Amino acid sequence: MKTLVTRGIQALMVAVLIGAATFAMMRSLPGDAAYRIAAGRYGYDNVDSAAADAVRDELGLGGPALPAFLTWLGDLLRLDFGTSLVTGQPVIAEIGHQLGASLALAAVAVLLSLLIGPPLGIIAGLRPGGALDRVLLVVSTGLKAVPQFLMALILILVLSVQFRLLPAAGHGEARHFILPALALALGLAAVNARIARDAMARIGAMPFYSFARWKGLSPRQTLLRHGLRNVSVPLLTYLGLQFVTLVEGVVVVEAVFGWPGIGHALVHAIFSRDVPMVQGTALFLGLSFVLINAVIDLVTARIDPRRAA
Amino acid sequence: MTDAVMIPRATDHAVRWTGTLLVAAVLAFALLGPLAVPGDPFAQSLLKALAGPEAGAPLGYDHLGRSIFHRLAHALRLSPAIALAAVLTAGLAGLILGTLAAARGGWTDRVLVTLADALLALPGLLLVLIVLGIVPGTALGFWAGLSLVLWVEFFRLTRAATRDTLASPAVQASRLLGFGPAYVFRTHIWPEIALMMLTTAAFGTATAIMAIAALGFVHVGMRAPTPELGLMMVELLPYWREAPLALLSPVIATFALLLGLTLSAGSRTP
Repeated sequence: MKTLVTRGIQALMVAVLIGAATFAMMRSLPGDAAYRIAAGRYGYDNVDSAAADAVRDELGLGGPALPAFLTWLGDLLRLDFGTSLVTGQPVIAEIGHQLGASLALAAVAVLLSLLIGPPLGIIAGLRPGGALDRVLLVVSTGLKAVPQFLMALILILVLSVQFRLLPAAGHGEARHFILPALALALGLAAVNARIARDAMARIGAMPFYSFARWKGLSPRQTLLRHGLRNVSVPLLTYLGLQFVTLVEGVVVVEAVFGWPGIGHALVHAIFSRDVPMVQGTALFLGLSFVLINAVIDLVTARIDPRRAA
Repeated sequence: MTDAVMIPRATDHAVRWTGTLLVAAVLAFALLGPLAVPGDPFAQSLLKALAGPEAGAPLGYDHLGRSIFHRLAHALRLSPAIALAAVLTAGLAGLILGTLAAARGGWTDRVLVTLADALLALPGLLLVLIVLGIVPGTALGFWAGLSLVLWVEFFRLTRAATRDTLASPAVQASRLLGFGPAYVFRTHIWPEIALMMLTTAAFGTATAIMAIAALGFVHVGMRAPTPELGLMMVELLPYWREAPLALLSPVIATFALLLGLTLSAGSRTP
């Protein structure tokens, strides 16, 4: 219960921070913000000084910063994001439109990383210092030093330019998923594997684990009954924190592969200084992080009841 | 994460040194390279576009006939300089605020922790992008944005370690003997967190360099004529077949720099 309250406060702070940041961004735009917003609302051909003045009065743009900021925050807290300065569509609709593609990509990437990383990490952790453990350490350290955009670049060069196996860009078919998802998954898997390995090695060295073997369980039974559940707790917790890395990766990878998702939209919004769009997207991403971690808090408390106490 | 089944100390030491040497090698190239082979990173000569290596340009020319060697050296000064400035600012801010939160407790602590938690929920690249939209000047924006992102980690570590140390009998004894906060910080807290700060600084520098390169690569970071790692890669990508060396140079340099920083931070998981 206490964690939920903490998460609630975190969510509120996220909203205030994003509000403050985007407000500062709006104020620092070159030119008159009132004209820009008026243009966004009524179309560029219909803007005159009367329309701009109306907007200025309504939003308090002409006055001191504080009341304007409070109005800005008020809109934000009522989840009124306004309309995109570029397309004129409500921001909510725009985000909803782009979200599906991003979620699909992120889900495939996380799934892929979970298929690659933790199994290898657990096998390596069962024999700390063994051959697989050493190889895994070298490979994951190397992979961690490759930024996602570089991974994307290497994958494009090798798999689609050199060998012409997969399309470098595009969206819609299953094979378009492979490269962007792999570019994201390899980086995530490198860290996943280390977390799983460390957790497995720690748990494997505990007395209760040795006891399970000693009382006659096979290595397989020991792992399934006593190992996996314990390993899953740090893994899940870390997965929640990795969400931020994932979002960053999604932003970059979508831009590289031309994936029509939320990250792609964000980069474009920043490029054209579409503040309401930036605000909506940023708030959405921040709140998703809080929500996902709140869920993970609850799930880990369920898996490991010692934590709930 | 665990001390029980970690890599042996000697190996860890060797790994750190390898990393430090790798970083030193890359920086030596950036600082000394242009002194050994003088040249201009901006001078164009379209006749030499994508030409191979020669005496005046040991790594060949890019698509506009600019020397890759000098552009790379310039880029390898720019990103680490911004990253270092951001890490120093963030480290100092994190150290001060973390110690303050741990020492004062109460509302100071609560407000700072809430702020840090909220920042933690936001993707770093997103914050940097927003700050870039506010602050005029790209280098300045990167410095401000990255500092804003990186201080949280320093703050959390400092606060956690300082809280434990302040509760220790050694500090209580020090206080009873009448030593002031400055003395307690210098003799008890700083030795406890110094190594941790160094590790975090290495990771932070790597994160910062990655962020600058990633945003350059998707055209929202440094602007076109500036030589920057990510920007160089995306510029040279279309000429991969004609001049593979031109593209590989920034790729290898970036990888070596980031790998060196990760290794010098030690084998602990972040």
